[in-house]
Amino acid sequence: MQEIRNYTMNFGPQHPAAHGVLRLVMEMDGETIVRADPHVGLLHRGTEKLAESKPFNQSIGYMDRLDYVSMMCNEHAYVKAIETLLGVEAPERAQYIRTMFDEITRILNHLMWIGSNALDLGAMAVFLYAFREREELMDVYEAVSGARMHATYYRPGGVYRDLPDRMPQYRQSPWHKGQDLKRINSWREGSMLDYLDAFTADFPSKVDEYEELLTSNRIWKQRTVGIGVISPELAQQWGMTGVMLRGSGVEWDLRKKQPYAKYAEMDFDIPVGVSGDCYDRYLCRVEEMRQSNRIIRQCVAWLRANPGPVMLKNFKIAPPSRVEMKEDMEALIHHFKLFTEGYCVPAGETYAAVEAPKGEFGCYLVSDGANKPFRVHLRAPGFAHLSSMDTIVRGHMLADVVAMIGTYDLVFGEVDR
Amino acid sequence: MSDTHPTSLAERLAARFGDMLSISTVRRETTAELAASDLLAVATALRDEPAFRFTELVDLCGIDYLGYGQTEWDTETISSTGFSRGVEGQAVGRFNWAERPREVDQPRRFASVVHLLSIASNCRLRLRVFCDDDDFPMLPSLTSIWPGVNWFEREAFDLYGILFDGHPDLRRILTDYGFVGHPFRKDFPLIGNVEVRYDPEQKRVIYEPVSIEPRVLVPRTIRDDADLIQAKAEAADHWREN
Repeated sequence: MQEIRNYTMNFGPQHPAAHGVLRLVMEMDGETIVRADPHVGLLHRGTEKLAESKPFNQSIGYMDRLDYVSMMCNEHAYVKAIETLLGVEAPERAQYIRTMFDEITRILNHLMWIGSNALDLGAMAVFLYAFREREELMDVYEAVSGARMHATYYRPGGVYRDLPDRMPQYRQSPWHKGQDLKRINSWREGSMLDYLDAFTADFPSKVDEYEELLTSNRIWKQRTVGIGVISPELAQQWGMTGVMLRGSGVEWDLRKKQPYAKYAEMDFDIPVGVSGDCYDRYLCRVEEMRQSNRIIRQCVAWLRANPGPVMLKNFKIAPPSRVEMKEDMEALIHHFKLFTEGYCVPAGETYAAVEAPKGEFGCYLVSDGANKPFRVHLRAPGFAHLSSMDTIVRGHMLADVVAMIGTYDLVFGEVDR
Repeated sequence: MSDTHPTSLAERLAARFGDMLSISTVRRETTAELAASDLLAVATALRDEPAFRFTELVDLCGIDYLGYGQTEWDTETISSTGFSRGVEGQAVGRFNWAERPREVDQPRRFASVVHLLSIASNCRLRLRVFCDDDDFPMLPSLTSIWPGVNWFEREAFDLYGILFDGHPDLRRILTDYGFVGHPFRKDFPLIGNVEVRYDPEQKRVIYEPVSIEPRVLVPRTIRDDADLIQAKAEAADHWREN
């Protein structure tokens, strides 16, 4: 009789389908997975320890770099935790801005996901289309914060500054010229809110385009239907949140169940899957993009009608304006104290969670009353999701592991922290 | 956060577990502290009993309470003695391995904090368990109750050195292969111990002792106006307009 032995195969950390730096050690029986052991931590930067050595505000920028495709949602959790301990609340306009940018971020994230997941499973074109729209939204990030990705825009007590009245225009270049230049600049003639109006009016047709390419595509369905089925019980046992949980039919979304910012005032629906496979999760994410688009439109309408402050007028937390500093000694002192020492946060602990595009992103913050956090723990959804890898892919084929990595929507910035 | 039960979570916990838990509710967040020996029984009940139904473990993390409430810069007597940049103390980031704080007078340094979520009744609960022995911190593993806690416990072991009794696979998870020490402990230097570089002569990556100096610019201070009483008063009488 022929002797058959299992292979041990190393997947990553340098593999285009590993979504960054995942190293997966797999024991294979032919093409079937017997055991999968993900090795993570190759991108560990000790964010939580670094935050302990810095005043509270100086760590906001680190949050962008955790899940680097849903930047502002991470900031939101951290800022929300600080605000809870300080006992302050951002002005209403700031909360609408946060709601709007959380949803812009969700679309950014899902565009990245749909593109890269389709690319992993062999559909090149979606990636190119998705990045076209991503670029439009990155411009919004840039206009509001000066940075295309790592915005550091949310601050305890509000947001860094109000929305700009003018969108920057593109100049003629070898990449943007003629009709194309005219079209992109025609959206950018008014304020940022005008631009977002134009974008959201157009975006559903773009989502239709992605669906045209994938939803009834035979190859796409062969690669995703019935693959990586997660039962609702299994999803809860493994601490899954977000689409990973909703795809299995559990109707759980923090934006509805434990509303924060201005989600209680928004009119939107939560898509829920039926069979809990990769295809259902794909459908959920696509529908979430449409719902996010709806929320952005509602925020834009409100923000247009209601000007107002976007930052607290409490100089113990929020810096005074440059103009005030020029003519007021108190303001100058406050500014100096804020930027040299920071503010002290009352002793206590809190857990602030937001519905990030990938699931529940939480920030557990312990303060002992100092100007630096005593302990920050960041609960990354991807970390919990990836830990279930071994249980779910056992018995699947090697190619399905790629589909599974894609459907987890992993970003190693947040898994490794 | 809306709770669908007629009584509050804290009341239900007190009625069910009595003295096993010490419960506090601050800002509508309920925290229960318990002994390590009770953990498994309490956790099983919390997951299964209809009054609780905490089917999901959202998060587990370690904490090192060494140096809690300590400051590096005295703010009380500043006005009589004048300001000084002379910073005293050894908070995070201010020491290297040789100068690490060794006089540990913190009883019960290590704790593990668990965040539970009940989807059925839409509420959260925080459990805190202290390790009895600081030199050999050990807690029972929750992997038999919520399998998803597996990696979170590996992380707490890796970063804090808390051992989880009954864990099926307690390996390091976030740090490098062959890493020495538990880097999130408060007496572990922020700059680390070793750095790596590629050595062209040996044609491989080599480890060397760190060459950077500890450097933290802002001293750690605790101020009494941390509750912002002054700021609230100022905001109340619009002091700036007057």
